[in-house]
Amino acid sequence: MRLGLRRSPLAGDAFALKNITTGASPASGLLRVIFIALLLCAGVAHAQAIEPMPFKDHAQELRFQQLTHQLRCPMCQNETLADSNAPIARDLRNQIFQMMQQGRSDEEIKQYLVARYSRFVLYDPPLTPGTWLLWFGPLLILLGGAGVVLVAIRKRSRTGTATEAPTDNGPIDNGDDW
Amino acid sequence: MSRLLPFIGFMLLVGLFGFGIWWNTQHDQNAIPTPLLDKPAPAFNLPKLYEPTQMVSKVDLLGKPYLLNVFASWCIECGVEHPVLTAEGPTLGVQLVGYNYKDAPDDAKGWLAKHGNPYDLLIADEPGRTAIDFGVYGAPESFLIDAKGVIRYKHIGPLTPDVMAKELKPAIAAMLKEAP
Repeated sequence: MRLGLRRSPLAGDAFALKNITTGASPASGLLRVIFIALLLCAGVAHAQAIEPMPFKDHAQELRFQQLTHQLRCPMCQNETLADSNAPIARDLRNQIFQMMQQGRSDEEIKQYLVARYSRFVLYDPPLTPGTWLLWFGPLLILLGGAGVVLVAIRKRSRTGTATEAPTDNGPIDNGDDW
Repeated sequence: MSRLLPFIGFMLLVGLFGFGIWWNTQHDQNAIPTPLLDKPAPAFNLPKLYEPTQMVSKVDLLGKPYLLNVFASWCIECGVEHPVLTAEGPTLGVQLVGYNYKDAPDDAKGWLAKHGNPYDLLIADEPGRTAIDFGVYGAPESFLIDAKGVIRYKHIGPLTPDVMAKELKPAIAAMLKEAP
């Protein structure tokens, strides 16, 4: 299963490798070793994804990889559709592949999945009233923290620098807590 | 007052985490809300499990409400659900339609022979293509579909006596009240 997919990306990689190793000048051996190691890493990353599919061209395959990495498997919910081995992930990958052959855009494919499996399948949640807390929550917390710090500082400057340290530390600690 | 502030902050966090724990005990964390609720069920055309040459479509089932129960012989939790469905299915007041999902027909028949067949009608989706339209991602899942073909309720995971009493039966009652 893995072998099949490794075939296509690595074929390209091997070609590049040949170019480097044969046509290479006396480039440092270390560099070559690093380069080969990187290529192998890339091979492993590619090999994660699944059965061989008859892609039209390399661009379509890349697009498929990219799209399936942005979508979440509904079954094993911490995996992308690209990584997951669940039967439903396999079915959905096939479906996406077929829709690509029909010339559907990435956006249409996402809409198709959202209509069936809800926005849950999108790893990148769209900005909607339901997700504004998700998007802006961290900013709110940051602003809240800044407010606490500001209040603490003002309080301290009002009481004056002459005040003893223990009374000063209280509010500042609160600021840290946030 | 400022002395109490850390304590108040702490209690707020305790409250938040406590709520999180409570919330997670109330919900199946793996259940994905279906966008299909209160929408027409997707069109389908699937063979019967026992007579694969005969097809059943959505239109064939219009006019009578039914509970579409997605199951498979490979599904462990279906074995948990099966006795409940067998015992309570006939009392529900709706047709029971078995949706055999990604299963070899012989495995499914063997499983039903062993555990009993509570279904009024059995359809098979071996490739699992139609199931995508229903937003099915595993088994068991159950859809309550009314006489007009609208999905009124969905449950992901086994139907337990608790789920039956608290969710499914009230949903059926509400549906029948609206259109007897």
